[in-house]
Parts: sequence; structure tokens; C-alpha cells
Amino acid sequence: MNRSTALLMAATLALLAAVHVRVATQGQQPPPPSGVAAAPGGAGAPQGRGGNSFPQQQRPLADDATLARGKGLYDISCSACHGVDLRGGQLGGPNLLRSQNVLDDKAGELIGPIIIGGRPNPPAGSPVMPPFPLPDADVKAIAEYLHSVAAQGGRQGRPPDDDIVKPERVLVGDPAAGQTYFEVTCGSCHSAVGDLKGIGSRVADPRELQNLWVSGGGGGGRGRGAAASGRATVKVTPAGGQTVEGRLVRIDDFLVTLIGADGTRRTMPRNGPDPKVEIDNPGDAHRKLVMTLADTDMHNVTAYLWTVK
Amino acid sequence: MRRVITVLALVVPMGLLAQAPTGLDPATLFKPLGESWPTYSGDYTGRRYSSLTQINQSTVKHLGLAWLSRGFTQGSGPTGRGAGAAPGAGAGRGGRGGGGTDVPIIVGGEGTGEINAGGNAAMRGSILMVDGILYATSPDNVWAVDARDGSILWQYYWKTRGGTHIGNRGVGMWRNYLFFETPDDYLVKIDARTGKEAWHVPISSFEQQYFSTMAPVIIRDHVIVGTGNDLDAPGFLQSYDPETGKRQWILYTVPMNLGDPGLDTWPSLEAARHGGGQPWVPGVYDPETNLYIFGTGNPTPAYTPAGRGTGSGLFTCSLVAVNVDTGKMAWYYQTSPRDMHDWDSTQTPILIDGTLNGRPRKLVSTGARNGYFFTVDRVTGEYVASGKFSETANWASGLDKQGRPILNPEKVATIPGALVSSSATNWPPPAYSPDTGLFYLPENNSLGIRYLINDDPRGSMGLGGTLVGGGVATGGSITAMNPRTAKIAWRRPLPGGGATGMLTTAGKLLFAGDGAGNVVAFDPANGTPLWHARIGTVAGAPQTYMLDGKQYLLVSLGDALATFALYGAK
Repeated sequence: MNRSTALLMAATLALLAAVHVRVATQGQQPPPPSGVAAAPGGAGAPQGRGGNSFPQQQRPLADDATLARGKGLYDISCSACHGVDLRGGQLGGPNLLRSQNVLDDKAGELIGPIIIGGRPNPPAGSPVMPPFPLPDADVKAIAEYLHSVAAQGGRQGRPPDDDIVKPERVLVGDPAAGQTYFEVTCGSCHSAVGDLKGIGSRVADPRELQNLWVSGGGGGGRGRGAAASGRATVKVTPAGGQTVEGRLVRIDDFLVTLIGADGTRRTMPRNGPDPKVEIDNPGDAHRKLVMTLADTDMHNVTAYLWTVK
Repeated sequence: MRRVITVLALVVPMGLLAQAPTGLDPATLFKPLGESWPTYSGDYTGRRYSSLTQINQSTVKHLGLAWLSRGFTQGSGPTGRGAGAAPGAGAGRGGRGGGGTDVPIIVGGEGTGEINAGGNAAMRGSILMVDGILYATSPDNVWAVDARDGSILWQYYWKTRGGTHIGNRGVGMWRNYLFFETPDDYLVKIDARTGKEAWHVPISSFEQQYFSTMAPVIIRDHVIVGTGNDLDAPGFLQSYDPETGKRQWILYTVPMNLGDPGLDTWPSLEAARHGGGQPWVPGVYDPETNLYIFGTGNPTPAYTPAGRGTGSGLFTCSLVAVNVDTGKMAWYYQTSPRDMHDWDSTQTPILIDGTLNGRPRKLVSTGARNGYFFTVDRVTGEYVASGKFSETANWASGLDKQGRPILNPEKVATIPGALVSSSATNWPPPAYSPDTGLFYLPENNSLGIRYLINDDPRGSMGLGGTLVGGGVATGGSITAMNPRTAKIAWRRPLPGGGATGMLTTAGKLLFAGDGAGNVVAFDPANGTPLWHARIGTVAGAPQTYMLDGKQYLLVSLGDALATFALYGAK
């Protein structure tokens, strides 16, 4: 095949691809990867969201002009099958971000032959890939572009642009039902005109609001009765002795430490049931709540609290 | 003159013999756990049940600190001593330890040392004790330590190319050599006498984002290695020749070719080949059947299974038995069919011999991250018993006829959020005592709101597409299970925090950290604490060994080691 034939073929495929891209973007496709724009300055080590753990994140990126050229070529020739974001398209091309050939490729030596020769005998279940006999420089530019997108992958195999659901979409509940549930279940400790006044305006988004109210704001801490929230109080009563009380600092099976109202810190030994230790932790109510809270009630309360502006 | 030569000839070899370790005969590993600790779980059963009895229910109150060894610092830079570390990397005062004296650092690895973080060690895996020497690890680092006084003898330092540095589970030992996995996917053979490297071979692809943490398990002339990956890559277990470093066999944990068993549980071969199932925690070995039994990790993509359909995704989240000589799978039992929560079933199982319905049975049990406990026949994989141990596990609607939990489709990541239990146990090892017949596992419960943040119809990749918020921890405990019935015998809540790995002994003691800075000896019959020391947060499972007639309790604090012994024991 001479060069003019190759160009004609590429142009034909490009036209086909462009049609398919338009079809594809009418569906639920995510926005295209910000490959070029997200690779600041082009050449140099990328600082993708995945840190510099793996070769994909460590490799130097090509210059901006090469990446722009590669992106243009990819969008025209490859995206219909492999997706505008490289993660596979409606025509059945495999996800290139987890492709063994792309991951193992250094500088087009594995990707290039596949672009130029196609895959007439693909692995079982995958469609045949036609050849794209592009000039070497174009092939290398496409390979560099693929690597620049892979460099934007997040930790633990996350793709670029993974977080595409708006937090407002947690608002699926019924605010009126949520208000009823809130008043019955939460009303003994909380009030929408008291401690939670304006709660819907105090947080960034409804997802954060839901996280805040379910956890009780203490983040949960680690361990039952842990003093993690700093709000727990404790009463310690030795057998036949006087009760000492204060803010719980720490507790295990052997010692309990508290700070009394006068600021005195006391650490007392524990030996089974003696002394009697009674912990009052506001977080306990939330620990009980989450054991039975239904998702519907949770969504309803979130919808309600979001209206408490 | 002649007489002098004769004397020298006699004296010199004896002196060498007295000082040089004799190495570890692989046959030693077939013996029950006793004076040494020669493999990940102590022996092949996974029980972590020591036959030592000097420290027992009567004497444990006299247990006191024998030695404390600090200064375990990970290497960084080209020499391991910190110079040349990248800006922002850790302190990297590698090799300073054992009372501040410099110890030899043996440098290996194919990186430059620039991305080794240095800083405090994270010794959370198992520590071997052979011939009076301890071998402890942190990612990219191995230390040899005098087991009698804690002095650091040498440090092996691996200059990494990168990879996920999440942990290292320890070394395996064969004759005079240690075998060590690195986050950038090499198996390294190290001379245990000197710390000098014999060779290293790649065991998985760094380019495909594998990372390797498992403690190799030596079975005769097999070095069994597992590896990890989060980027939709197939899992596999391999066996290597300890002499040559040549691979003997590879067993994929997902179907890789048309016609492979389990392929009908995936929508396509493409999905299966990206299906995960990584084995990254050591398994156990049954000499009678010649089967190595291990757990596999989660399927991928973990939370958005658009690409993996509604099938169970074999052989992810399963107990798998493999013939050690052939590498062929003998049986499997899936503990989390179609996992949707990144709950690996990799936890070390335990071999248990029991009597069921009057018939002696060879069993294997495991407590899984999903909050359920399973016992199966270890010869056939046949289901025997299963049940829920986690106080909070709320993701399953029940058990099927084979005892496997049935996924509640509402308790997965959703856009408005689903309140779901989280991983109830993990790699910190469980233990079993034949005295009580109970299986002890560390249980740590919490609930959180699991959100879907990527609703692309193709799903996400790896562990992507989700985030968790609103977490509430409901507590940690030591949970004792009856392996025959899969029912809870007792649960000991730990008021100060979470549970860690376990050790049991024939002294009728159960040792564990309590998450609140104590190492505690419990009564294995009922969980009553009998002794404790507030030594600091216990990083791994307590271990024990015996030297010169003295039994030691060994505890890792992450960047320090401590041992306890009876005061006055010789």
C-alpha cells in the first residue's frame, strides 16, 4: 500500500469514526479525558493522581505538540471502538487503560504494530481490528497520547475522571417523611431549630451532609466506647468507694483515665467488675442507629435536613 | 609441629560450626510449632499453636520484658543510609539500630534508591526465628536480629522501582537462604548468614501494576509465591525452584483460555482475564494430600461489575486447594460469590482435625472479610458449616444450600448511598487451639455509607467508582468460633480499640494485641485477660520461641521489637 492509499484509507476510517463518535456521545458517555490539558507542560514526569508508583505514572510525557497530534489522531481513528476515554467503546474495542499491550509498551514498539497491522485474529470474544497504516510519527504520537491518559489514572486502578456523579444526586428521599423520622428518632438529642439550625447551609453538599449526620460528626473513631470523639464522660465507682467522674481520656481492660471537672487527671486500675465503670458517649446513639437504619429512612432524613437552611 | 597442626585442625572447624547457623532443613517445617518459628504461620497448619509450655496459665504472671530493640529504619538513597533520598521522602537513616551502632547494609534492587521513602520500619508480617536469629521485614527491607538480645546483625535493603508499598508479610526460609518479595515484583534470595543476595527474579509484571507482599511459603523444594494487583489483572499463584529461581508452575485464579473451568461464571473471556482474584496472604499445607490451600482476593472491577455480569466470578474470593507438585487445582469453595465490596477472602485458613457425626474429618476453616466463617472438608472442598461472625455484617440475605452468603443487591454502592458493613477481619492472622477446639479471629466492625460515584454504563476500573463516608466503628473483639458448627463460642470486646493477629500455646494461653497499646494473654477457654503489658501498639501477631531453655514471647511494635520471658528462667 502506498502512502496516498494509506491516507485515503485513514481519511475514510476517520469519517466513519467521526460518525460513531457522535452517536456514542449521545449516550451516557463520560466527558473525554483531559489528557493533554492535564499533562502540565508536556515533557517531564507527570504527577497523576496515582502518585509515582507504577511505570504508567513515572514515565516522562511527550511534548505538548506530540500529545495534541496523538489525541487528534486517536479521536479520529481509534475512539469509536476504544472510547473517547480509552476505556472501550460501543463497537467493542477493549479498554486500553488496562490493556496488557498498552501497559507493557515503552514507546510504541508494541502499540505500533497493532495500529499498523490491525488484529485480524483477535483474542476470543473481541472484534477484528482493521489495519491503520499510519506513518511512524503518527503511530508514535498515538502511543504517547495513550500513555499520557494512562498517567492520569488514580490509585488502585482507578481510571481518570472516576468521580462523575454529582453529590446532589443523593437527594432522592422524601423530606416530609424524613422530618417525621427525624423528630421521632433523633428529637431527644437534636433539633432543627437548635443544634442543627441551618445545617443544610453549613455543609458543602448533600453527600457530606448525609455523612455528617449518620456518623454523628465524630467520624466514628475506632473501637467501641473509644474516647475518639472527645465527648464521652465516665463514672468510676470502686466497690464501697466514692464515685469519680469526668471526661473519658482512654480506657482498656486494665486502666481507665479521666479528667475531672477541676481539671485533675486520674488513672485508675480496673480489675474485672471493680470498679464499676459507666461510660456515657453521645456517639453510642449513632452506633445503635446505624445497626438498624434503613437506607430509605437515611435518604429521607438527608432530604429533610438539606431543607434546614 | 605435627601435633600443633592436628590441634588446629580440630579446633578451627569446631569454632566455625559453633558460630555458623546450620540452616533450615525443609523437613523441619513438617514438625509442629515449637522452639523455632521457621515459616509464616510457624508450621504448615496455620494454627499458630505453639507446643511450648514454660509460659503458661500459672507462670504468665511472672512474664516481664527480656529485651527491647529499637532503631529499625527503612533504607533510602543509593546506599540505604539516606543520602540522595528524594525531597519529601522519609528520614531514611537506614541501618542505624541496635543501640545506635551502624550495622552492615546490603544493597540490592534495580531502582536508584530515590523513591525509597526510608523512615520507620513497618514490621507487621511474620518474623522467622531459626538458629537463634530473627528475620523481620518491612517493604524493601529485611533485618537479621539476635534473638537473645535484639541486636541487629545486618539489614538487606532493596532499591525499589516503585509499586504499592502497602506492607510485607515476611520471608520464607530454605536451608541457608531467605526468600523475600518486593513491591516491584521480584523474588529475592538472600543468604541468611550474611544478608548477601544470591539472585532475584521477576515474579509478576510491574508494568501491569502488580505489587508483591506475600511471605513465600517453602514446601520441600518449592517456593510458593503470590502477588497482588488492583488494575483489573488476573491473579495467580506460582512455585519457584529455590536453587535456580526457575518457575515450576503457575496457577491462574481466573479462567485465562477458552475451555477453562469457571469461564461460564464470567460474561466473556475478556472479563475473566481482567477478573482479579489475587492471592497475597500465605496459605497452609496438608502433607497427607499434598495440597496447599489458600484464599483468593476480590474480583475486579471491585465495585462496578458492569463488565463482569451477574456470575459468581470464579475463582475469586475462594478457598482454593492446589497440588504442590503439579500446580493443578484440586478443589475450590467460593466464600463470597460475586463479591461487590472488595472483600478479599485471602485470610490464612487453618487445618483442623475434627469429629463430625462420629466420623473423623480432615477440615479447613477460614474467617473471611465479608464477616462469615466457613469450614469445608480439606480433601474434597465439600461444605461442612458456615455462619456469620460479624456483629454488623448486613450485606447478605442468607446462606445458600452450599453455605455461601447470598448478596442482597441493595447493599452495594449506590448513588444515594447504602449503609453497608465493612471488612470484618483481614490479613492479621487467626489462630486455633486443639486444647479448646476453638478458632480465634480478630474482628473489627464498622458501618459506612457506600456511594457509587461513577455511573458510566461500562462501570469503573480497579477499586474505582466508589467512595465511603459517614463511617461509624462499632468495635473490635477477639471472636472464638466453633469450627465444627461455625457458631460463636464467645466474643471478647476490646474496649480500647481493634484486634490484631493471634497466637495460642500449649500453656493454655491466647496472646494478642488489644489495639489500645497492650499485649495481652487471654484464657483461650473464655477470653478472660490473665496478663498484659502496655508496650505500645502491637503491629502483628505475637509469636513465641525457645532458646537456652528460655521461652520468649515476641511482639513487633512496627519499628521496634520486644520480647518477654519469665523472670528467673535461665
